[in-house]
Amino acid sequence: MGKLRVHNIEAQTGTNVDLGAAGDVVTLASDSIQTNLYKDSGGNTIFQSDGAGTLSNVNSAMSGAGPKLILSQTASSSANISFTSDIDSTYDHYMFIFVNIQPATNTVKWEVQFNASGQTGYNESMTTVAWYVQHWENDSATSGPELTSSGTRQGNGTSFQCMAEDVGNGSDESLSGEFHLFSPSNTTNIKQFNWLINDYDQGDRSQQRGGGGNINTTSAITEVQFKFSSGNINAGKVKMYGMV
Amino acid sequence: MSRVYTDTIEPRKPTQDITLGTTGETITLPGNDLRVNTFKDKGGNTLWTSDGSGTLSSVNSALKGNLVLLSTQTASNSASVSFTTGIDSTYDVYIFKFSDINPATDAADISFQVSSDGGTTYAMTMTTSFWYMYHFDTTGEGVNYWAAGDQAQGTGYQKMVTSTGNEADEAAAGELHLYAPSSTTFVKHFYSIFNSNFVGSGSQGTELDYASGYVNSTSAINAIDFKMDSGNFDGTIKMYGLL
Repeated sequence: MGKLRVHNIEAQTGTNVDLGAAGDVVTLASDSIQTNLYKDSGGNTIFQSDGAGTLSNVNSAMSGAGPKLILSQTASSSANISFTSDIDSTYDHYMFIFVNIQPATNTVKWEVQFNASGQTGYNESMTTVAWYVQHWENDSATSGPELTSSGTRQGNGTSFQCMAEDVGNGSDESLSGEFHLFSPSNTTNIKQFNWLINDYDQGDRSQQRGGGGNINTTSAITEVQFKFSSGNINAGKVKMYGMV
Repeated sequence: MSRVYTDTIEPRKPTQDITLGTTGETITLPGNDLRVNTFKDKGGNTLWTSDGSGTLSSVNSALKGNLVLLSTQTASNSASVSFTTGIDSTYDVYIFKFSDINPATDAADISFQVSSDGGTTYAMTMTTSFWYMYHFDTTGEGVNYWAAGDQAQGTGYQKMVTSTGNEADEAAAGELHLYAPSSTTFVKHFYSIFNSNFVGSGSQGTELDYASGYVNSTSAINAIDFKMDSGNFDGTIKMYGLL
């Protein structure tokens, strides 16, 4: 068995060094290989590291079939949180996660609207349903499940859709939950969405709120905006995922 | 192009590293088969390690996807199942998935409580609500709020289903989502959705259960415990973190 003892192997000419030939197996008995860029034999990048362990250009098949985080936005006295790119035909299903969204103003509604491709403004026509259940901390009462208050559901309306009402702005008060948008790029059908949220209401109640609806357009939806009915978003995080 | 024929390449001195190529060069394996257990980047950070039998560990988070399975526990006539590690600020949302939850006692309810002391005590204060829809196998259906399933600043175990049957083929399945458990600023929101073989009023059917609320504390939650309100249970509970 031939054995070569060497410290460095470099290309004599050009920039390629070949190890083995077709059909050969190259085994690293040392158990470790270090490089930043891994490609397949066709030169397609599998993933790339920055040398500090942070990867980019990761092949989609490497990271499982679960939700793919596309963008995370953190509010800090923000008027709204808008997603204006990356909503396209890549995914059939987009999921938005709300984490401890806190309003600057007390007793406000958490809302959503959309913008279609080639248009301006968040003013798409929607038909929606919404329900809630609530329970007071002092156990004085419960409500629901029942439809939300009048005016918070729409029939071909173009207002922002209310997803939670009476959200409190106390120091430990917030809402968390999720919102799902289906096939936003479909140009044949209208678009469906739904949400499920729990919020700490200004009256010291736990409120579970859900709903759904249609966006009554066959134009592709490319932008989504979340905001409170009045005042800024004091704190919180909205994360957009694509569902494989 | 020069060519060297050899079976083994070893460092010139023991323990020295072997460097292939220089910056900007490409190393190609025409055989398309590279065998090594540990892949690192150029900075020496491990991207993953195999045990040589195909089981990977130390996998870089970017290669795991955003929904990361953290732990699986299987209950087999168990009084409770607890997750006392892995709940921290790494993830904004923890998702627990329940399958084939079969109680030993008929009409038992799977429930949970959380802990801020690593599982020593499960009695944090919650305000919650609970409602359900049901449809009997025969006739009868409805939608109701269930006061026995809610809490108002209570410290008991929070029910996630009602009255699951204990026959051999009866079970409940669902999910619990717990948001930002490590926050020391906000209360901790959660919701659960379950479907179960419901037994009640001398009949049985399907029931869809919604529980939600908040753990009314600004202390970080670091453990969670699941149990039936009566008796033991079988089933699988998986804990995921959503990055």
